[in-house]
Amino acid sequence: MLNLLIIGAGPAGLKAAIAAAEQGLNVKVIDEFPKVGGRLLGQLHQEPNGEWWNGMEMGEKLHQKAIRAGVDIQCEVSVVDISQSVSGWTVYTSQGMIEARKLLLATGATETPIPIPGWTLPGVMSIGAAQVMGNVHRVKPGNTCVIIGANVLSMAIANELRLCGIKVKEIVLPAVGPISKDAGIPEKVLASLMKLTHLAPTVILRQAGKLGKFINPSFAIKYFPRRGIKLFGIPIRLKTAAVEIMGEDHVTGVQTVTISSDGKVIPGSEKVTEADFVCIAGGLAPMSELASIVGCSFKYVQELGGHVPVHNERMQTNVPNLFVAGNITGVESAKVAMAQGKVAGLAIASEWKGKRQEIELALTTAMEEVRKTRAEALIQFQPGISEARDTVYHQFTLDELRMKQEVSVS
Amino acid sequence: MRMRVVNHPVLGNLPERNRVTIYFNNQPFQAYEGDTIASAMMAEGIKTLRNHEESGNGRGIYCNIGHCFECRVQVGERKVVRACLTPVSEGMDIYSLSVFKKGSESHC
Ligand SMILES: Cc1cc2nc3c(=O)[nH]c(=O)nc-3n(C[C@H](O)[C@H](O)[C@H](O)COP(=O)(O)OP(=O)(O)OC[C@H]3O[C@@H](n4cnc5c(N)ncnc54)[C@H](O)[C@@H]3O)c2cc1C
Ligand code: FES
Repeated sequence: MLNLLIIGAGPAGLKAAIAAAEQGLNVKVIDEFPKVGGRLLGQLHQEPNGEWWNGMEMGEKLHQKAIRAGVDIQCEVSVVDISQSVSGWTVYTSQGMIEARKLLLATGATETPIPIPGWTLPGVMSIGAAQVMGNVHRVKPGNTCVIIGANVLSMAIANELRLCGIKVKEIVLPAVGPISKDAGIPEKVLASLMKLTHLAPTVILRQAGKLGKFINPSFAIKYFPRRGIKLFGIPIRLKTAAVEIMGEDHVTGVQTVTISSDGKVIPGSEKVTEADFVCIAGGLAPMSELASIVGCSFKYVQELGGHVPVHNERMQTNVPNLFVAGNITGVESAKVAMAQGKVAGLAIASEWKGKRQEIELALTTAMEEVRKTRAEALIQFQPGISEARDTVYHQFTLDELRMKQEVSVS
Repeated sequence: MRMRVVNHPVLGNLPERNRVTIYFNNQPFQAYEGDTIASAMMAEGIKTLRNHEESGNGRGIYCNIGHCFECRVQVGERKVVRACLTPVSEGMDIYSLSVFKKGSESHC
């Protein structure tokens, strides 16, 4: 039986595998995608010092290191169910059953869709789908595109599509609705862009981050030009909203309207932008279904992207022998996911070996590294992440106390 | 071949890869080892992978990473797979799923 099974070969899962294998554990990683690296594959942005963050290269580096550390990695394996057995875990996959003593869930995040009329037409896809198509498979989903949804991810990927030779005609907002919510209100969108770090991956976002410290967004949006501002030559139109995606049997364009700062439609402003594909950028949420199957308790934390399995800073959940790391615990950049993976790998090794001092010491350093990486993160999907994380750790302690009390009462 | 990003200013040129022939609804297409069914069809400009079970409307990929199941296609006699997660192989037979015929399929 395996000492440790890791679900997810993204930055968190790979780092955890390396850390645990280096401590002598027998580790296997499984992933349903045909290539190792998770969402690292496809990431490509320029850091403030001008160097490129090439996720594909980083993924390959981690993959090779994991192999050298003796980790067994298997792709094209989908996990469909998990059950707890006397000796640990039984994981049911598309390739049969796997048994392990300890289990780490590193399943990452998923994109939140924004359904708008016409969104099921062939040629409409999530922004991440276009990123993977262009950067990983090196195939253009089309020649011209409109992006619906203005956030840190859509702006970074707009530039990546441009580098693939695609003409991104405009980035617009989704029309206000029960699902798009704040993402359809120009003032709210600008406010969230302005809360981003001064280290953001594009110049405009960095400027917005700096400005945000001094200027009130409800004031700034009044002066935001209707025809938008340009980022790498791509118009970002915060006062334009997509109402319908047009096309008979595939996408031919997007119908838009002009909107006021609070998202109200300006009558008579309808326009059609032609494009042969459309990307919807609705933001990211932790992908935590597997954690709910095994009975983890959850907490809703808006800053972390939604419901996250309750865990402590050692990445331990309140289910024995079950750990979590990476974006399943909250949406953050790949560097944070890597740092968290190392913590999880060391915490698991420490539990395995009876909390030996040298591993505990390495673990303390690794936890500090997470905090440091978070503070210096280039991409922050939401402001206020560190504080939000503390509420999750606090919940873990409360749940633990409650469980102990229940045991002593019964 | 027409939609491939052959030269990329940061990622460099596309490396040489072995060609394979795949069949989509009985029509042959060139693809490369390492392609998924979804990327191979997209490279040929084909965006419609199936027809909706009830309405018959065309559908293609949405997430491209296995989460949404919008890209389901049939491979061989009966196996249904996600096109975005399934690598192509020489001679692979891929079929679009189509409208359920009333009476012939039970889907209650
Ligand atoms: C579409 C998308 C685009 C992103 N782009 C960026 C970006 O440009 N820059 C950035 O900093 N961050 C980006 N992110 C955030 C990204 O989640 C983190 O950067 C980082 O990759 C998270 O690492 P992780 O190891 O937690 O998860 P991931 O890297 O997502 O890896 C999780 C892995 O688990 C596998 N998996 C999940 N469920 C199962 C299952 N049931 N069975 C088998 N395998 C499973 C998946 O196939 C995946 O490979 C993006 C996220 C998404 C969803
Ligand atoms: S496109 Fe979403 S599962 Fe394939």
